[in-house]
Amino acid sequence: MEQKLKTDFDKFISMSNFSNQEIKLKKEALDNFLKNGFPSRKLENWKFSDIKQIIQKNIGELTFYNDYNIKNEINDEIFIKEIEHNKIVIVNGKVERLSFEYEESNKINLTTLENFNQNPNDDNSLLSLNNSFSNKVHNILVKKNYSFKKPLIIYQITNEKVSNTNINFQLKFELEENSSIKIINLSDDNSEKNFINNLFNFNLGKNAILKNYKIDKKSNTNIKYDYSCINQKENSISETFIFSSGSDYKKNEVSCNLEGQYSSAFINGIHLLSKNKHHEIRTNTNHLYENTKSYQLIKSVIDDSSKSVYQGKIYVDSKAQKTDGYQLSKAVLLNEQAEFNAKPELEIYADDVKCSHGSASGSLDEDSIFYLMSRGLDKKTAKELLINGFLLDVVEKITDEEIKKLLKNMIGLN
Amino acid sequence: MRDKQIEDLKDYKYGFSTDIESFKAPKGLNEEVIRFISNIKKEPDWLLQWRLKAFERLKVLKEPDWQKPKYPKIDYQDLYYYSAPKSFKEKPKNLEDLDPKLLETYKKLGIPLQEQKRLNGIAVDAVFDSVSVATTFKDTLTEKGIIFCSISEAIQKHPDLVRKYLGSVIPITDHFFATLNSAVFTDGSFVYIPPNVKCPMELSTYFRINASDTGQFERTLIIADKGSYVSYLEGCTAPMRDENQLHAANVELIALDDAEIKYSTVQNWYPGDKDGKGGIYNFVTKRGMCKGKNSKISWTQVETGSAITWKYPSCILKGDNSIGEFYSIAITNNHQKADTGTKMIHLGKNTKSKIISKGISAGKSDMTYRGLVDISKNASNSTNYTQCDSLLMGNKCGAHTVPYIKNKNSNSNIAHEATTSKISEDQLHYCQQRGLNQEEAVGLIVNGFCKEVLQQLPMEFAVEAQKLVGISLEGSVG
Repeated sequence: MEQKLKTDFDKFISMSNFSNQEIKLKKEALDNFLKNGFPSRKLENWKFSDIKQIIQKNIGELTFYNDYNIKNEINDEIFIKEIEHNKIVIVNGKVERLSFEYEESNKINLTTLENFNQNPNDDNSLLSLNNSFSNKVHNILVKKNYSFKKPLIIYQITNEKVSNTNINFQLKFELEENSSIKIINLSDDNSEKNFINNLFNFNLGKNAILKNYKIDKKSNTNIKYDYSCINQKENSISETFIFSSGSDYKKNEVSCNLEGQYSSAFINGIHLLSKNKHHEIRTNTNHLYENTKSYQLIKSVIDDSSKSVYQGKIYVDSKAQKTDGYQLSKAVLLNEQAEFNAKPELEIYADDVKCSHGSASGSLDEDSIFYLMSRGLDKKTAKELLINGFLLDVVEKITDEEIKKLLKNMIGLN
Repeated sequence: MRDKQIEDLKDYKYGFSTDIESFKAPKGLNEEVIRFISNIKKEPDWLLQWRLKAFERLKVLKEPDWQKPKYPKIDYQDLYYYSAPKSFKEKPKNLEDLDPKLLETYKKLGIPLQEQKRLNGIAVDAVFDSVSVATTFKDTLTEKGIIFCSISEAIQKHPDLVRKYLGSVIPITDHFFATLNSAVFTDGSFVYIPPNVKCPMELSTYFRINASDTGQFERTLIIADKGSYVSYLEGCTAPMRDENQLHAANVELIALDDAEIKYSTVQNWYPGDKDGKGGIYNFVTKRGMCKGKNSKISWTQVETGSAITWKYPSCILKGDNSIGEFYSIAITNNHQKADTGTKMIHLGKNTKSKIISKGISAGKSDMTYRGLVDISKNASNSTNYTQCDSLLMGNKCGAHTVPYIKNKNSNSNIAHEATTSKISEDQLHYCQQRGLNQEEAVGLIVNGFCKEVLQQLPMEFAVEAQKLVGISLEGSVG
């Protein structure tokens, strides 16, 4: 693999027009990845999902070279018609369209920048991989006191042109003081057996609001890793919603750093899995300052021989007195072959805090099914109704009414 | 001078050591030492081979390093693996034959054997360093057919039982410290309860680490045959020492059909001084196997001592309808560190487990609950309930919860809850208003916090444990 990485990297650099500084950074990142390789179960964070093995088993040999010079056609059919929205269209890891037609252009600043700064202590080798092979990184800056009028939908499309390929993509958002944005991140995969490695970086200024909805619904055989890093200043709010269902393998990782007082982070997620899928959500909420709040609710419905994993960590620094942290994960196993693993973790160094977590897993309540059947429903409908209610609980947490309605229709929950 | 000595000893109630000349094996860990231990204990050849096999395995094993509390590297070649008080080469026949100095030691610990054995109705098998001192109440137990003796004695007298069960729950291929114990274990307790016998009294062992630089490698084996019941108590105190002492014990419990074992521990070893110097490393492997149908194993622990406590008393629920329970209080103060919890491995159908863990950290200490609940594919209709609560005092300490939950069976239910908080101002205020000083108030509230676990302890222990909870937190408020 090492040789392949090196030759693909050289080819990638020669075909692109990066500055010397960028090439130097990319080279460093590559060296870092070569040193560590793909994460395996030996690492605590990857204990339940050995991505090294999963890639080997499902893809085999990966190509790391991805041609960003190809122009991809965009089929307008795929756009959501129910709501007016701004668009970013990404095809096979390349940004093909950026349109902020509903916004004031002087309030948004679009630039490209160097790679995501990886914390030297961070041993996440997939970030290094992303840094070394991703194309130019777009930075979207929302200026002070500006609120997006319409949501932004990020269409992440893959087409049949790529297969057995590693696609790396990064995007960065900067929200200045008092600004706000609503983002829907929609996957639309028409490709098979790729490893897609996404990295989203958000910096929230004072009083900024981020609403981020991530939808992976369309069935596909890709393996995906999606990392969101959210840094929050005073009084800022982040809301993340994850619907994870379509891909064969997906790991969503969300890190929230609550750096300013009265900042809060909400992460809600759904796993709806059937066949032989393996999905994981990992949340990391770091309470680094006084009076911060975080809330996580993750629900899984697991059918056939699928596997759902939730790893959630609440970290409270010794400075972060008066922290309020709550975390709940629930899973319903519908089949003998289904599996649910959880690791809800608390790491606390301050005494004046209120932190709790709960995790429950099991089958659907027999009494409830019996009750519904005694009211004339057949077993299948009764089960569906219960699952619907179970998941709706999470969807109802979405604070934006318009988007909530859209997503309900999209997911098929009523 | 004398005043200074008293001053030094004041903090630690049980800090003293007796001057009995120790009989030691040469320093270091090698095949010779293992042969020496085996030889001096007149062990049969199969056991020597078993030890050597463990030692072979040990050579390729690495010390685990995933735990939260880090400790300086231990030089295993710099330890004595066997030490026995010299006057013990010939075992005493009764209590009166004992070295008077040793008896004195127990008196200071609060267990004067002669008086207590009748008053408490407890058979005490006291382990002084590595050799059993005396075993009391033998007659009553023998009548019922119960075997309660040191493991060395059991190896001589009941080799078949030992051979059948030793290492059946903790195999010699297990992790580093367990394997180390298998290779060099010196003594410990052995209990066998015959079928359909309810042990009429609580069986108890007091451990005591004495000679400096001597790692203690206890091995305890408890077998409850079909339909039997036993409650076993283990309590420890250790003298004050500056150098760190390693304690890597192995405890194996086996419950056959319809049997029940209740294992309670109060651990109050020397935790090191206020600056975190010295103290015991308590790296213990405790594991119980519910081998038969309807069997039950219950662990209760009160952990207040040791510089580092690192242990996970576990239950393997193999028999159908078997039950595993774990009740724990862990208190850390000053620079103490604890990484403790349990493992509940559900293999049989209709198995149930319950985990109640209470952690209290004060001072600059660090406390971690780490646990595993694993429900395998075949364990239909199994349930688990876990509750772990942590209490923090001050902002220099840490409390962590790391549960691993694995559910592979759709007919099984797992519920896990954890909370972390501090003592509420309102509660403190209320108690102080009623005339308690702050320390008393904290003691009262903490005892209430721990009540669920304290209730599980046998009477004799509950009183001691309640006092310990108070003593451990002295000086942590205000």
